[in-house]
Amino acid sequence: MSERKIIDARGTYCPGPLMELIAAMKQAEVGDELEILSTDEGSVNDVPEWINKVGHEMVGTTQEGDVWHIVVRKAK
Amino acid sequence: MKILIVGGGMGGTIVANNLARRIGTEVRAGKAQITMLSASDRHMYQPGLLYTSIGRLAPDELYRDQRSLLEPEIEFHVDPVETFDLDNNRVVTKSGKTHSYDQLVIATGSRAAPETIPGLAENSVNCYTEAAALEMLRQVRDFKGGTVAVVVGVPHKCPMIPLEVTFVLHDYFKDKGIADKVQFQYTYPIGRLHALAPVADWAKGEFARLGINTTTLFNMKEVDGNKIVHSEEGETVDADLLISVPPHRGMEVIEKNEMGANGFIPTDRLSLRMEGRDNVYIVGDTTNLPISKAGSTAHFEAETVAENLAALIKFGTTVRDYDGKVFCFIEAGKERATYAMFDYNNPPAPKAPNKAVHWFKMAYNQLYWASARGLL
Repeated sequence: MSERKIIDARGTYCPGPLMELIAAMKQAEVGDELEILSTDEGSVNDVPEWINKVGHEMVGTTQEGDVWHIVVRKAK
Repeated sequence: MKILIVGGGMGGTIVANNLARRIGTEVRAGKAQITMLSASDRHMYQPGLLYTSIGRLAPDELYRDQRSLLEPEIEFHVDPVETFDLDNNRVVTKSGKTHSYDQLVIATGSRAAPETIPGLAENSVNCYTEAAALEMLRQVRDFKGGTVAVVVGVPHKCPMIPLEVTFVLHDYFKDKGIADKVQFQYTYPIGRLHALAPVADWAKGEFARLGINTTTLFNMKEVDGNKIVHSEEGETVDADLLISVPPHRGMEVIEKNEMGANGFIPTDRLSLRMEGRDNVYIVGDTTNLPISKAGSTAHFEAETVAENLAALIKFGTTVRDYDGKVFCFIEAGKERATYAMFDYNNPPAPKAPNKAVHWFKMAYNQLYWASARGLL
């Protein structure tokens, strides 16, 4: 597994955190972890919804102030 | 100070003109130099391609002579860069010339890359190049009925295009008198109809009113020869006419010089400097910033960079940060439009579409040239 890739999508609305994650996931290798930083509370639900539907893995979600750190792993 | 601008699109042109107005005195006195290197002697108004794809804007109306858009203080060469030697503050062009610089601006843009999804280039049309828009016009004009599917890759240039092309084609077929023979299937990568939640909410009502079917969380994996699109999420969409918003990449020269994955250069979101480089600024689609790849983004970034480059000469320091500002028109059919404006700290709150904004967009199709000159 390579170093965890950070996607800083704080304060961005368009294309937004999930779309950035989808784009980054295409470039990742199976087993890679990606951490997305989002100030959009909706990401807490949006990201797991997509991750589960496409078949990747949720690693965890934490909140630091108004920033959510959502970590996922490419599974296929 | 030698300032070199690589790229003659919206971002590079505004940087050059805005800067020339600020430091014209220094340039004429020989204390500063502004040089632009571009791959083309023509400048395209890229948003016009949507109108070309339905026959409402002729291809020749998309272009102006690039030199005619530039302030006289700007030295302009049609000679694209092939090698960036950032450690030695110089670039080498296709013709073999070397240009050195004190400050470098890279604004080479992005390109649609339908070839990155198996089957997409062969089985869909899009409006991201003149040739593609003319092919789209041919297929749209000849379409007699069936399912029109809109599929969207990430990242893509012009975030409003998926909605706009759907609304515009809906009106096109309605005017043609075949609306009852055409079904629309709109797809989108995330779990709503647009990245911007208020725009998605508005589109949901409009699509319901127009009878447009939707599938969300749909990311293209491949397209087979029968125009059946398979998604990463395991679903399929069938089309008789497949309209694509292909995934985009940065320019090949960026990839070849290993300056950023997929041709997008790692950029500081506030200073717009290339990460790890104090004298290299990145503007427009070329950045890897998670913000809209749109002309307005390039415009507002370019104003920031030009002001800071001028400030380096006049104050010896930069004077402001980019605030993340983006402004996008949203065509909601053939005669109504609205807009979305937002920045890093203020979310968008688009109003209901109306005719006045549509006509302003029509006017902007011409005003763009004043904007590129740095006048608007």
